[in-house]
This record gives sequence, C-alpha cells and structure tokens, in this order.
Amino acid sequence: MTTEAPPAGSAQDACASAPRRRLLCAAVAASVVSPLLSLAADADPSKQPLAPGDVLAFASWEDEPRIVTAADVLLDAAPLSVYPQDPASGVTRDNARLNQILLLRLDPSSLDDATRARAVDGIVAYSAICTHAACAVSEWQADKRHLVCPCHSSEYDPAKSAARVTGPTARALPALPIKLVGDKLVIAGPFSAALGAPAT
Amino acid sequence: MRPTLLALGLLLLLSGASQAAEPVPYSPVTAERLTHPEPGNWLMYRRTYDSWGYSPLKQIDTSNVAQLKPLWSFSTGVEEGHQSPPIVNDGVMFITTPRDQVLALDARSGELIWRYRRELPADLFQLHPTNRGVALYGDRVYIATVDAFLVALDARTGALIWEKPVENYLAGYYMTMAPLVVDGKIMVGVSGGEFGVRGFIQAFDAQSGESLWKTFTVPGPGEPGHDSWPGETWKHGGVPVWVTGSYDPETKLAYWGTGNAGPWMGDQRAGDNLYSTSVIALDVASGQIRAHHQYHWNDSWDWDEVAAPLLIDLPHNGKMQKSLVHAGRDGYLWVLERSANDIRFVSGQPYVHQNVFTKLDAETGRPTYDPTKVPHSGGRSEFCPSLWGGKDWPPTAYSPDTGYLYIPANENLCSAFTGEKAKYRRGELYMGVPFAKIEVLPTPEARDHIGELQAWDLKTGKKMWTTKFKSHNWGPVLTTAGGLVFSGGTNDRYFRAFDAKDGKILWQQRTNSGVVGVPTSYSLDGKQYVAVQSGWGVDAQRKQDFLDKAFGTRTQVPQGGVLWVFGLP
Repeated sequence: MTTEAPPAGSAQDACASAPRRRLLCAAVAASVVSPLLSLAADADPSKQPLAPGDVLAFASWEDEPRIVTAADVLLDAAPLSVYPQDPASGVTRDNARLNQILLLRLDPSSLDDATRARAVDGIVAYSAICTHAACAVSEWQADKRHLVCPCHSSEYDPAKSAARVTGPTARALPALPIKLVGDKLVIAGPFSAALGAPAT
Repeated sequence: MRPTLLALGLLLLLSGASQAAEPVPYSPVTAERLTHPEPGNWLMYRRTYDSWGYSPLKQIDTSNVAQLKPLWSFSTGVEEGHQSPPIVNDGVMFITTPRDQVLALDARSGELIWRYRRELPADLFQLHPTNRGVALYGDRVYIATVDAFLVALDARTGALIWEKPVENYLAGYYMTMAPLVVDGKIMVGVSGGEFGVRGFIQAFDAQSGESLWKTFTVPGPGEPGHDSWPGETWKHGGVPVWVTGSYDPETKLAYWGTGNAGPWMGDQRAGDNLYSTSVIALDVASGQIRAHHQYHWNDSWDWDEVAAPLLIDLPHNGKMQKSLVHAGRDGYLWVLERSANDIRFVSGQPYVHQNVFTKLDAETGRPTYDPTKVPHSGGRSEFCPSLWGGKDWPPTAYSPDTGYLYIPANENLCSAFTGEKAKYRRGELYMGVPFAKIEVLPTPEARDHIGELQAWDLKTGKKMWTTKFKSHNWGPVLTTAGGLVFSGGTNDRYFRAFDAKDGKILWQQRTNSGVVGVPTSYSLDGKQYVAVQSGWGVDAQRKQDFLDKAFGTRTQVPQGGVLWVFGLP
C-alpha cells in the first residue's frame, strides 16, 4: 500500500475568497517557501522531470524493467509505454506521470518534416498524457495508425506531430526528440510543448 | 524586509482583518441532528440515513408548483459534471464542483460566504471529473477529493483544518462520493475500478483525521471470500465504492453498494468475486463486514451496484419487515430483508428490458445467466440493458406518503463488448475491453424514447406509472411531502416537477445545462426552497457521444455549472 505525502503547496484554503486572506497567503508564501525547501520536497529521483541524455526504459513495475532498444519498437505496432532513466544513477523516473512517453515506429516516408526531424529510423516519441484531461493515451487504432485517449476519445496522428484529429482536446501531444546511441534510445531535447491538461 | 516595511505589512494585515465579514452564525451538526434532522434542513447526501431523498416540506405542492420561480442562481465557473446536492444547515448552503471546489453560500440570499479551491496535482487524470457533495459534522465540512485525500474545512471560514492521504492517485485511486458521518467517524470509499485498484472503505476520526479502520471490498488471503478470486486477481480486483452508504442507527450497520470487479471480463477472474456488485453491511464501530448480498456474480457488463440500498419497512408475509430496496444497474429491482447479522433475498424483478438473467434462485436470488449474453475475452457479446444499466449512480427516492419508489431509468438500450486479455499497468485503464470495442446499441423502440421516470408501489411490487423522455435520463430524484417528485437528467436541459401519484409533469424550467445534480429542498423563515445544480458532464456526456454515433446525430449540451434555487413568488 503506498500513500503519497500531501502535495506541496496544498494550503489551498480560502486564499482566493477575501482580500485579507489573499494578502495573508502571499505573506506566508513569501516568508516560508524557499528554493531549498522545494528541492527537499522533490528529492525522490524517480519523481524528477526528464532531461536530455536520459535513456528510455520500461517502468519498474513492468515484467522486464529494462532499457528499451531500437529492436523493441516494431513497425506500425501499438506504442510502447516507457519512461526516462537517469543514465548516471540508473533510476527510472517513473513516479511522475508527466514523464510517461509513447514510443512507436512508423514508415519514415509517412512523417511530416517536423516529426522526421525529431525521429530516428522512423521511431517517434510523444508525451503519453492527453492534453484534454491528462489520461494516459493508451489505445492504438491500427488501421488509421492513430493514438486514441480512452477517457474521452481524443485522437492524434503520430506521423503529423501528434496533431489532434478529433475529440475534445485542443492541442497536439507534446513531441520528444530522440536519438540512437548504440542500440539505446536517448532523449535529444525537451518536449515541444507544455505537458498535461489545462486546469479548468 | 526592512522594519518599516514589515510594520506596514502588519498594519495592512490588521486593518484588513477589521474589514473582514463577521463570522456567519453556524449551528454545529451533532449525531442527534444527523439521525433526526429538522424538516427545513438537508444535512447529508440523501437528507436522512435511510437514503430516501425525501423532504417533509409541503409548502410547495401539486396545487401551486406551477407558480414555482427561480429566486437566485450562482455560476460556479467550472465545467464538467456538477452532481453534488446543495446541503443546507440553518441557512448555510454547501455545494461542490468538479476539481473539488467547495462553496458556502447564504441559502437565503445567494451571497458567497467562502470558496475552497483545491490545488490538484498537474498530472492528475480524471476519468470521472465530478464530486458528489460534502459531509457535515460539528463545525466542520468534509470532502473526499479526486486526488484521494480526505479534507476537513472550517464550516464558518473555509479554512483548511487538515487533509489526510487516503490512497495514491498515481495508482488510479480517486474519490468522488460525499463522505458518510456516523458517531464522529468520517467514512469514505474509493473509485478507480477501471484502473485496477483494490477497493475499500475507510473510517477516520472526525476530530483528528486519524485512520480508525479500513475494510477491503476484495478480501485478502485468509479472509472469508478470498477463494472467490483465482490466483493473484484479487490484487487489482476493482470493486470500488463511490456512492455514499445508508445507515441503520438501531443495528449500527452501514449499508454500502459495491462496484464491479476488474478487469471487466469475468473470465479473467473466474469465480463469484466477493464482494463485487453487492450490498455489504459494515459494523461502523469496527469496520467488520457483518453481512452481504451479491446481486449478481462475476460481473462482465460493467454493472456497478454502487448506489446504496434504501432502508424501508415493508409488509411481507403479513408482518412489517426491515428491508433494503435497490434499483440495480443490472436492471432488476431488488428487495432484501435486513437484520443485525444477515441480509436475505426477498424478491427481484426487471424494471427495464434485461436479457441476461434466465432465472433467479427462489431461495437466494442468485441469477442464472444466458451464456450467449456474457461478455468474454476474445469475442463479441451483446446484452441488454447497456453498460450504463437500467440506472447508473443517480439516486432513486422513496415517499412514505405514496409508498412509491421513484426510479430514473433508461430503456431500449443494449450494448456489446469485444473482450481481450487485460494487462495491468499502474495508472492505465485495466478493463479488458478497448474503448473502441464498447458498443451502445439502441433498439428500434429507442427512437420513441430512452429515458423514463418510473414509480413502483413497494407494498405490492407493481409499477404504477412511467413518464417517458426521448432523451436518456441521468437525473437524481427528490420527492417531497407536497406530493411532488423533482428531477432533471435529460439532454434538453429541463428540471421538472412531477405529480408523485401519476407522474404528470406539473412544472418545468429550462436551465443553462443538463441537470445531473442531486436536488434538495430546505426552508428558512417559513419559506420552502428547491435547489439543484445544472452542469452536464462525465458519463451523461459520454453516453450522449455514443448515442449520437449510433443515431448519426450531433447533440450539443452546453457545459458549465450553475446552482439554481426555486421558490413560490
């Protein structure tokens, strides 16, 4: 049984309700929160955001929690769900949902220019977190080669920068540039856009 | 900061404090008040522990309801499903919204007293973005959150008193129900049946927030019922509890409805899968399961039975019998007998077309299934009613005046699933049916109507009337001593009053959105009010999308929550 500590900054009381409280909240925030404290709260390496140079790996709860190789990614197959691993410590950063990545291999000739620039041998990587309500985009429409979010049916085209095809989402899945180092897939730069869904 | 600036800051704070509104008068909620609420108050999810959804107020009645007018409204500024009841304690109203905002309002004027906004994690995912209301105790307000915390707020100011982690949202746990409060204990259950959670109900001390007990709805090794789960399937067996339970103060037992087992395909967890799709009686002092009744075993249809049974005394074999009444998602109206250590089957009969059960055992009520109607891995099966059942979570209501149970039903819809082997991945759907392989199949009669409001005479077991709607129906039901039934639930955005005796529509108001909120009634200074939130979303929207696909239509139900309060001019 795992339980999480209260999320940092959860003094979400009635800060917004009255001018006096807003002032008080601002004062408390200014006096208490320091960079040191916020670092300490996020010290767990498995919760750190990904960094260029990270190696892609299967999550620690998978049957084989190992580093992904290019040979694992099959042409036109359903996407693999993977996470970044810090190559120095060997820690897979799989305790942060925003780190979840979809990895798939498409015909290189089907990719648009921007997608081809981020891909290696037709292998493309996207954030797995739907930009509508932050569910994991876990379904694969094999006939159209589209990614589908099961929660509210937003559909994305991975050959076209994961642009929205249909559904309630407003924007594409953030794309992740990757490169091949030996037979390992390595993150070559940051995500193309902000991760996750808007907090409406 | 220089001393002069610090002093100035303090001065500002102090002068601000002097301008703050006076604390609102607030009547602490006691165990006695929860057991015997004043007629003009609505202190918990269904107003009373027996879950009747009945108000004894009768100023608004069948003779004058046609004059009912909106008196004030309040826009929440939030999208998605607004399902929570306006809960009212001596003039202070509490509502909740998706993303777990809590708003305290002056129930007379509509003035905002305070608003709690929860800072939710950036990576939170929500399959069911909603909340079903607060619980009140002492001078505190309790909310179970979608990031799986139990939160206690000061009822007068909205200030956070404590928040306790209940489970890990990253593993798919979340909470949407209004907590149940009994004898200083705050009880909650968890959602997440589609994500491979292991369901449970947990009790916390109302004062300290300390955990008092935790009872899993999927028994672990060595516990009774564990052998109804093969191998390791119990670890991700689902059976969430996401609607508030009922409570019998005489026996001190709380009655909870439980969800379906996971993954959805029953052949991946062969066995009865206790205590899925059941009612369980929990001893509130210890959390022990004292009795249970499983409505249907080894569910493969997504037929949660989470709505808590109503506690009603009914005549049976010449004497009054303490009963449990439940309109199941499986399409059957169930009547059970309850006692301190037992729950016994009395009767079950379909209230919508159901083609899965071929018979019920006369003694136990255990259904026998038509095997061609049971979804399975590696094939397609059709079944009726649809995956949302005869009725989903929206609560029924019971009037002691008519003796009728009012059911917000859905007729003329079937479904098909094509199952496949499910693989557990933390935080991902674990259903055994890809979303693309879920089908909603309207019957030819669905062009006539889908939604219904039904009235059943529980003394005779006969249906007394049905009022039909072209739209599907997601309307929670309120009934009052004024001989009225209030409900919305249709995609045409209406909120309606019905004659409790014959189902005639006596009044209706078109609102901003679809009404999937629980309606309540209260009174102040001798004036009766009816309150409800209008804010379409969650599965009402999801089902609408499926129906539009089936019919080739494009129905637009606008979103955005508004609280409406009605009264006589």
